[in-house]
Amino acid sequence: MCGTCGCQGKATATIVDLDGEHEHIHADGTRHRHWHGHHHDDHGGHLPHHHAHEHHDHEHRDHEHHHPRHTIEVSLEAQILAKNDAIAARNRAWFAGREILALNLVSSPGAGKTTLLERMVRDLGGKLPLSVIEGDQATTLDGERIRAAGARVVQLNTGTGCHLEAEMIGRALGELRPEIGSLLWIENVGNLVCPALFDLGEWAKVAILSVTEGEDKPLKYPHMFRAAKLMLLNKTDLLPYLRFDEARAVANVRAVNPDIAVIRVSAETGEGLALFYDLIYDWAASVRSGAARQLV
Amino acid sequence: MHELSITRNIVAIVDEAARGRRVCRVMLQIGKLSGVMPDAVLFCFDIVAQGTALHGARLDIEEIEARARCDTCGGESSLPHLGASCPCGSRRLTLIQGEELKIRTIELEEAA
Repeated sequence: MCGTCGCQGKATATIVDLDGEHEHIHADGTRHRHWHGHHHDDHGGHLPHHHAHEHHDHEHRDHEHHHPRHTIEVSLEAQILAKNDAIAARNRAWFAGREILALNLVSSPGAGKTTLLERMVRDLGGKLPLSVIEGDQATTLDGERIRAAGARVVQLNTGTGCHLEAEMIGRALGELRPEIGSLLWIENVGNLVCPALFDLGEWAKVAILSVTEGEDKPLKYPHMFRAAKLMLLNKTDLLPYLRFDEARAVANVRAVNPDIAVIRVSAETGEGLALFYDLIYDWAASVRSGAARQLV
Repeated sequence: MHELSITRNIVAIVDEAARGRRVCRVMLQIGKLSGVMPDAVLFCFDIVAQGTALHGARLDIEEIEARARCDTCGGESSLPHLGASCPCGSRRLTLIQGEELKIRTIELEEAA
């Protein structure tokens, strides 16, 4: 594979020339020429364009031929994420009809998603039926932790994937069959970038920022913090050992999302969790009243 | 690298729309605040397009500048990044463009 452009094929030689253009000669004699990162402004006032290829540069060594190409332009106007969004809408309707509060838990790896869920399963288990869809690239380790804490769980392994998609949730729901009126946590893959783009049909995204990560995370990963309804500032028990400016962290997250709720918690000591659970009960109540409205 | 997943979506949508015809060119619109990097989509495109009607197609990406309307003063301004504020100082902004993730047009080879 070409290290510059990812072009595959059995290139026997790569010739690189100036201006970012390079040429591959494949085993069958086909030449392939590419330009990279090429911007120009000759599109009648359009913004800069990027081009992958200039394909009039294919040459065939054994049988030289030129065929004038007749093409037709077809307007598609298609949303690239339309399929994911449609499945997410189906998941959302499925949750609403069953009065299930589905929450998409997102953070960077190691912020404490699984520890928080374990604690919540033990604290709320008897009062609010709770199940979990666990997303990780590999292993069932987190799923086993949740099961050991006492909740029903389905583990999703994404392999090389860095985020969960709506279709995976649809399949997991078939396995998990969360009960009516329950709380469903979807623990996304630890990643502050990719999961922000993929709607799963959740009622809200809950983002965790742990105090060991630094105050500037919300500014560095604004998409995720903008998409979340609540930020949990986790591991507050470690604050005495860190130089972490809480006020700045809150100001930073409000800069990208003025309406986000912030609760300081420690999954270790339980600090702040009562407030967090109150909010979850409020949300569960609005899901139930929403379902009631739909029936009228 | 959600761009790989995004690119698979692009190729699947266009491959279906082409109904067996060869695709010569695909024109996308990607908003600057969509969270998708055009260069990463270009990087993935050649690989994902292999074995489909898009093999060898040219991919053009038009980047869309972000603009927002201020919920406080009602003014419109460009938004260089999320977290930027309106010239009036307010951060309560509604994005009006810049989150596009769209396939605009495709160019198909006409049947001979």
